[in-house]
Amino acid sequence: MAADFKITASKVNVHYGEAHAIKDVDVNIESNAVTAFIGPSGCGKSTFLRCLNRMNDTIDICRVSGEILLDGLDIYQKKVDPVNLRARVGMVFQKPNPFPKSIYDNVAYGPRIHGLAKDKAELDQIVEQSLRRAALWNEAKDRLDQPGTGLSGGQQQRLCIARAVATAPEVLLMDEPCSALDPIATAQVEELIDELRASYSVVIVTHSMQQAARVSQKTAFFHLGHLLEFGETSKIFTNPDHEKTQQYITGRFG
Amino acid sequence: MTDTTSEPAFDMAKLSAKHTSQEAEARTKRRHWAEFRLKAYGILAILFAAVALVILVYTIVAKTLTVTNEFYLSLDVPIQLTERQSATLTDDNPNTNANLENLIFQAMGVQLEAPHRGRSARPLKGLISTYEGFSLGEIVGANLDLIGGNYHFEALLDDNLQLYMKGDFGRLSDAGTAGPITISAGDSGDQVVISAASNAFGASRIAMREDRAAEGRALRRSARDQERAFNETQEALDDATDPAERNRLQKLLDGFGQQRDQIFARADAALTEATDQRNNFTLRTDDPSVFIRANGGWIKITEMEPERLVGTVMNPLSQFGEVPEGKWSGLLMTSPEAERKISDRQLLWMEDLKREDRIVTHFNQRVLFSSDSAQAELAGIWGALIGSFWTMMVTFAIVFPIGVMASIYLEEFAPKNRLTDFIEVNINNLAAVPSIVFGLLGLTILLSGVKLFGIELFDGLLKVFAEDPRSTPLAGGVVLALMSLPTIIIASRASIKAVPPSIRDAALGLGASKLQTSTHHVLPLAMPGILTGSIIAMAQALGETAPLIIIGMNSFIQDPPGGPLDKANVLPSLIYLWNNNSERLFDGKTAVAISVLLIFLILMNALAVVLRKRFERRW
Repeated sequence: MAADFKITASKVNVHYGEAHAIKDVDVNIESNAVTAFIGPSGCGKSTFLRCLNRMNDTIDICRVSGEILLDGLDIYQKKVDPVNLRARVGMVFQKPNPFPKSIYDNVAYGPRIHGLAKDKAELDQIVEQSLRRAALWNEAKDRLDQPGTGLSGGQQQRLCIARAVATAPEVLLMDEPCSALDPIATAQVEELIDELRASYSVVIVTHSMQQAARVSQKTAFFHLGHLLEFGETSKIFTNPDHEKTQQYITGRFG
Repeated sequence: MTDTTSEPAFDMAKLSAKHTSQEAEARTKRRHWAEFRLKAYGILAILFAAVALVILVYTIVAKTLTVTNEFYLSLDVPIQLTERQSATLTDDNPNTNANLENLIFQAMGVQLEAPHRGRSARPLKGLISTYEGFSLGEIVGANLDLIGGNYHFEALLDDNLQLYMKGDFGRLSDAGTAGPITISAGDSGDQVVISAASNAFGASRIAMREDRAAEGRALRRSARDQERAFNETQEALDDATDPAERNRLQKLLDGFGQQRDQIFARADAALTEATDQRNNFTLRTDDPSVFIRANGGWIKITEMEPERLVGTVMNPLSQFGEVPEGKWSGLLMTSPEAERKISDRQLLWMEDLKREDRIVTHFNQRVLFSSDSAQAELAGIWGALIGSFWTMMVTFAIVFPIGVMASIYLEEFAPKNRLTDFIEVNINNLAAVPSIVFGLLGLTILLSGVKLFGIELFDGLLKVFAEDPRSTPLAGGVVLALMSLPTIIIASRASIKAVPPSIRDAALGLGASKLQTSTHHVLPLAMPGILTGSIIAMAQALGETAPLIIIGMNSFIQDPPGGPLDKANVLPSLIYLWNNNSERLFDGKTAVAISVLLIFLILMNALAVVLRKRFERRW
């Protein structure tokens, strides 16, 4: 069965110094599907997401134990280089964080450092493709040499998605990608996520129930570091097994 | 639901009434008064700082302006060379240069009708700067056609005469004289006797008599001190029994007695001169100089009586006899000859030369574009400026890469543990170490080497580059680099810290390595801040004196350094040197050096501000 899943996490525990942030979490992420992590603030969903591309390594006091397999290979093995891993598992952050460089350089940065393009023409193609995928090409094609920081918030976030896509990852992690955006930009990004599903495994952390319901196929509900419930989105939102899940999605706590 | 039933009644509404009570009004008044006071203190503090700054700038600018011009004596010099001089001038060796000062002195002698050779020519020779003979030699050497003709040469005046021209010793002023005078030859060679209307020099005589009276009183006071010492010694002598002791005291007593009598005598003389109207009043060298200018010559007054003056002819008069009012003038130089560095004779020459338009002024480029010299009138800041330049180059080349690498490592790579904390604390402490300590460190490690228990661990490290690295910009630069390293590291770390973590996350999330993240994103964004910090640290280093004095960069060096391995001076140490020099012309030149240093500091700080404004980023 494990072969059908892109990522298989079992018995994952995360400690921040003394604090036990993630407790024995098992999750399987499917290929070509959107998996949503929901839960109240501080429940550990972002922490868990950051385990999946070892971004937690950058935090000194963070310790991760358990097993996370990407295509059957343990990503926490000594011989796995986090730099290579992050090229395969891309990430989009909560706050749009384009580099203070041109739009072109923002998107081309990943391909450049990973040597994805043989020449300038190929790099141009990668940039164009990525911007198209992020539904930003029409708005940005005439201003590729202008700074990415000059775009609007929604455009900046789509630029960040294009930048992540340009590295040609297999998995795309999104940490509350719409929390800083207005409803129109949110709708655009959600549409985008739905399209990206065709090529990537997408994992999204969100505080919006509607968003989780709209874009995801699988939903995981985290509570106080535990994974309380994980399953088909349709089931979780209509007939959850757990009482806490029921309360959370109906807005009675959290 | 409310809790009023269970709680004891406390009416919060009553409290609200307090806001409008008189108490509240008084409190508001007190608060306003306190705020007003605070504002007033702040304004006073700023005013104080502003006044201090204005005074500082005014002093420096005013002193700088005293040396904007330099004065030359314009002469027509006949170029008649001796055989030796022509041989030196015409040979092929470019390093030899003939000294043609005898020609200049001769021309001056003709101009001033004064001896130009031998001992008696000293005051004349003292008018111009020491090396003008070589300057003329250079000019003639470059253009041999000048030989045999007349050359119009402008000779730089000696520093004291430069000062006189600027009015540093005061100026000749009208002595307030009137009436006709009759000049007749005196008893001996140069002496003349002048009979004048009663009180022709009344005002100056009264002033000088008052001076004498004050002098007499002061002398009396000091004579009484001697008297007291004499009396005490006398008592001790009376009590003493030991013959050796008595002998010693007797000698002491004799000495005090003699001194007392001498001083009393001088005091009496001064007081007699001050009070006795009839007596001769003799002018001394510590009295103001009084001159009479008449019939194209100068007389210096040596004795003053109401109707009869005795004087010495300084510059010959065309004739003696009666001179009507308006055809002569009595002039006063308030600063006494003994207290100024130019003699009365030189002073009068200068007056004549001025009258004949022989003194010309030029803008003083020399103070900027020539190097240090023992002759105040020749000294300039160029050598020190170049020395500062090389020193700063060495400092920057060392401190910038090391500082940036250290801060990148500490900020981005170093594990956060006790060792890192320890290093951080020590870097901060190092920034507070007095700069002179870095000078000592540099002296030990770079120049003299380290010995432990008599065993030499290593020789001075810089001896690899130069045999004697003392006083070189290399040594100075390394010491200043050590000194400014903490400042740069602190500034760079702050600037690296200010780069938002989201940028690092973005790069790391794309699979950039830590090194790539640092060099591609963090460093470029932190660079304006790092440069600002570096420029400020360099400005601090540029103005640093103490550590450089320790490693010998305050020595007298005549040539600008050709590179970091030549002996050199830096601007602040030149200021220190010049400020300690007793030649007063250096006062103005010191101010010039300070101005140039300040201009550079202001420019560097302005550059830092521009960089900060220009590359300021908002995320």
